[in-house]
Amino acid sequence: MKARHERIALIVGGILALGLITGLVLYALQDNISLFYSPTEVKSGKAPRDRAFRIGGLVEAGSLVRQPDGVSVHFVVTDTVERVTVQYKGILPDLFREGKGAVAQGKLTGEDVFVAHEVLAKHDENYMPPEVAQSLEKAHREGVGKAAGTPAP
Amino acid sequence: MIPELGHFALILAVPVSLFAGVLALLGAHGNDPRWIALARPGARLIAFLLTLAYAALTYAFAVNDFSVRYVAEHSNSLLPLPYRIAAVWGGHEGSLLLWALMLAWWACAVSFFSGRLAPAMRARVLGTLALVAFGFLLFILCTSNPFLRLLPAAPEGRDLNPLLQDPGLIIHPPLLYMGYVGFSIAYAFAVAALLAGRLDAAWARWSRPWTTMAWVFLTLGIVMGSWWAYCELGWGGWWFWDPVENASFMPWLVGTALIHSLAVTEKRGSFRNWTVLLAISTFSLSLLGTFLVRSGVLTSVHAFAADPARGIFILVFLAIVAGASLLLFVWRAPRVGLGGRFALFSRESLLLANNVLLVVAASTVLLGTLYPLLIDALGQGKISVGPPYFNTVFVPIMLPLLFLIGLGPFVRWKRDDWREIIRVPGGLLLLAIFIATLLVGLKGSPAIRIDRVLLLPFLVVFSLTLALWIAFAAFFHLFRQAKAGRGAGGRVAAFIRQPLHFWGMHLAHLGVAVFVAGVAIVGGYAEEKDVKMAPGDTVTLAGHSFRFLGVREVEGPNYTALRGDMEVRQGARLLRHLYPEKRFYRSSAMPMTEAAIDAGFWRDLYVSLGEPIDRANPAGEWAVRVYEKPLIGWIWAGCLLMAAGGFLAALDRRYRKRLPAAASAPLPPSSDPA
Repeated sequence: MKARHERIALIVGGILALGLITGLVLYALQDNISLFYSPTEVKSGKAPRDRAFRIGGLVEAGSLVRQPDGVSVHFVVTDTVERVTVQYKGILPDLFREGKGAVAQGKLTGEDVFVAHEVLAKHDENYMPPEVAQSLEKAHREGVGKAAGTPAP
Repeated sequence: MIPELGHFALILAVPVSLFAGVLALLGAHGNDPRWIALARPGARLIAFLLTLAYAALTYAFAVNDFSVRYVAEHSNSLLPLPYRIAAVWGGHEGSLLLWALMLAWWACAVSFFSGRLAPAMRARVLGTLALVAFGFLLFILCTSNPFLRLLPAAPEGRDLNPLLQDPGLIIHPPLLYMGYVGFSIAYAFAVAALLAGRLDAAWARWSRPWTTMAWVFLTLGIVMGSWWAYCELGWGGWWFWDPVENASFMPWLVGTALIHSLAVTEKRGSFRNWTVLLAISTFSLSLLGTFLVRSGVLTSVHAFAADPARGIFILVFLAIVAGASLLLFVWRAPRVGLGGRFALFSRESLLLANNVLLVVAASTVLLGTLYPLLIDALGQGKISVGPPYFNTVFVPIMLPLLFLIGLGPFVRWKRDDWREIIRVPGGLLLLAIFIATLLVGLKGSPAIRIDRVLLLPFLVVFSLTLALWIAFAAFFHLFRQAKAGRGAGGRVAAFIRQPLHFWGMHLAHLGVAVFVAGVAIVGGYAEEKDVKMAPGDTVTLAGHSFRFLGVREVEGPNYTALRGDMEVRQGARLLRHLYPEKRFYRSSAMPMTEAAIDAGFWRDLYVSLGEPIDRANPAGEWAVRVYEKPLIGWIWAGCLLMAAGGFLAALDRRYRKRLPAAASAPLPPSSDPA
């Protein structure tokens, strides 16, 4: 092969590989990105029905119920305005507590029940996932706004 | 008093590093031997001052001086002494001080082991390192000073995060930092070469052992982190694609590309610009890793604190380090030149493919890690990119790379003909396919879901084939060398006398094979059960029966634990008892899961306690997690082999012996007596 042919082969190969990898990345990103929604957003229908997302908020005190099999649970996640029931099968993380923040990843079913395949509650006992802190703050602001009869900022 | 001394040493190190750096670089530029001579004592002085500062902080931890704010926040008088010493780097400020200390030690090592380097070149390298140290020390003093006092003193410390109270933590961060910071040497060598406008085989030979050592430390650090997560986080996984893991993995990937590209630059004089670019990228990624971890922009197990000032400072620092060196690169690269030419089928082009694949893999990891930050910054919502993204993208990029690892050593430098060499590797590949298919056929089809992605049986066969192929190829080369061996003491002696870099390379490649085999088998055949167990209940998994004998309370030095007792039998034979724990640390009231692991060559049995079904009755039923993980130990063993291979290669004699006149000719003659 002449040097010129080799160079052309290299360039074509490089472009093909680049295209392949870009395609792969886009495909993987499209399927595996999950957005975060607060309970209020879920109740107002903003959350997708057909794909996985994350929901977060405070675990409502007294809402944790365990099924007879011992590892299936359901609990309520709230941003102090709306409440969404979350179902989960598996062992909850160490720092999962009623009244504390948690984030769950999963899908919404027909009856507004969130079926989680992963529940996160990390860091120390004072830690609040930033998404949860923000959504609580927002819900609080909007709640205060409504009460005062002024539009929320 | 002692903390003040440390504080003073830290403050003093700032101007010293600035002057040492600027004077050394100016001296090298103007060729002033008096200023050039300042580089070595400067590096040693910085190392001395920072050692002093670090020792003072360690002392404050050892004597429980809670009048130092950092100590009060990260230690506790109940904490055992080894953990108190490890707690020095258990928080943000201390870990940065450790980072700076490592940098100073690396530079100090260069100042001692660079006798044969031209003084001007050495001054450039040490000057660059001193300036990097200056930036970092300024950062510590301005935003994260560990020596600040707390008045009045706290009566008791807040305690170290229980997650970090594990032997794994004692060595994980220092190893990781040794790696991160070690790449600053490669960076400094690259900047020095650009400044001098000279980059040749002698330069590459100089930076190779340093870069390889940094890579070895980074590898060990990542392995320790992975092993620590496996033992401490109670999920039984070995890699989570956590943003902070990615932060250490990206410099590893690019650093791996760098050590291969350096080999080409040394042996063939090719890839010069590319090597320099990789050296700059590796260290920039190390800094980016530090930024991601320290700025609190990421939420992960590792996030210490969210202080925007810190994030912005590191970002600016990163911009200066990367930006300035890239500008220098653009300006000077044409002078450095591309180096020797090579044919399409040659070892160079295979190594080029290796480099491209590694860099592309690092870029996809970077994209997945930064994408959520980007979307958030653009106000498009909070998203997360999960492990499925990384698995989907990363694995297909790695598979061709694994193929190349086996093929590379068969191919000659500069030009080769694939028709001439195809026979042996082709045969080995067919053998690998045959054995892998046979093994998977005997074991049965894997259909375990990992991360909700169905692992196709063929992926396991494919990975196993590549692992066997790499191993066969490495053994083939070792035996061929043994057969060709001649000279005093017969073949065996000649075989053992092979240069260390030869052993190192094949050992590291074998490590990759062991690692890949472990990953494939764990991915395909791990079994797990989350079950409710009352005392006396038995659960069976993979031929083992686990009988739960109940939970009792145990007192630790600074925690109370609920310790489960699990009797493990294989058939009727009693294997052993496993004691998983749920610990409650007194000072922080934080619960921690301590998994119990029966580690073996062929499999690990892993038991961890979830939670009591009825919180009020911990003596009753528990949610328990039981795993069988075949070959999981091979994952870490493979990485340790890689590190051992790198270590051997870095010790090779040819890096230490005097360069032959021809090889060192492009450098000006050294006036140094050493």
